[in-house]
Amino acid sequence: MKELSLNVLDIAKNSVKANATLIGISLVEEGNKLTLTITDNGCGMKPEVVETVVNPFYTTRTTRKVGMGVPLLILAAEQTGGNVTVSSRHEEAYPQDHGTVVTAVFYTDHIDFTPIGDLVSTMETLIMGSPEIDFTFVHDRNGKIVELDTRQLREVLGDVPLDSFEVIQWIGDFLREQYSAE
Amino acid sequence: MKSLAELAAIREKMKDKVVLREGTSDTRIVVGMATCGIAAGARPVLSAFVEGINNEGLASSVTVSQTGCIGICQYEPVVEVFQPGKEKVTYVKMTAEKVEKVIAEHIKGGKVVEEYTYNYTVKA
Repeated sequence: MKELSLNVLDIAKNSVKANATLIGISLVEEGNKLTLTITDNGCGMKPEVVETVVNPFYTTRTTRKVGMGVPLLILAAEQTGGNVTVSSRHEEAYPQDHGTVVTAVFYTDHIDFTPIGDLVSTMETLIMGSPEIDFTFVHDRNGKIVELDTRQLREVLGDVPLDSFEVIQWIGDFLREQYSAE
Repeated sequence: MKSLAELAAIREKMKDKVVLREGTSDTRIVVGMATCGIAAGARPVLSAFVEGINNEGLASSVTVSQTGCIGICQYEPVVEVFQPGKEKVTYVKMTAEKVEKVIAEHIKGGKVVEEYTYNYTVKA
């Protein structure tokens, strides 16, 4: 992946597929350390499945037997000296509070650190693809915070879908404006 | 500064349009957005379609959506165009630049951009 924002898009799509209704995306930069956390309230995975998602030969897809999403994230993190952890609570064992948390740590001063890239496009793409799901987004850059919560937008928008072109444009501008406000 | 008041204005403006969005589309543009597509550059292709279709005022008759892996990862980004009564058209190795031509010639003009299609690329 050329940008970490593409890994974020790819991993968050797993949460969509797990039938999450709320997906949280958080990036926290403290000095040279970047912590990416993707949290969902989807169906979760059984412990034995959690162990296999780090393996490129595990996939939920039935058309072929290779899944590269999590392994590519692990590659991006580990090549900077960081790591990825996946923890999950499967809906069978945890009917009330199931879901998955993927946490990746990167060291941004490492020569193999992949640029974060265009997170605004990633959020636009996620919301366009799943307008019925709520997303929270926080990017804390050493205290400078960019954030979005689609639940707040939905309150104002009523039954106007989040994937309306005007709304997506507004979301993009809203986030870009926060990024450019220094 | 972007404000929630602007969103409220969008809501007012959209009141009558919302109903139209459901199921009236003639053309469906589907962009493969699995790991393979994303890694190959599908995100800007999707954005280009969404922007292009809306800027051309085609949104009432054309929907743009995302799907998973279409199965020909080496040809990603892959885009499928479905139109009623016509055979599906599969565009491969798409870029945001190519999208402009597809919208102008195929979506608006009705003429498939042959040189971007899977069939053309595989035979070439």
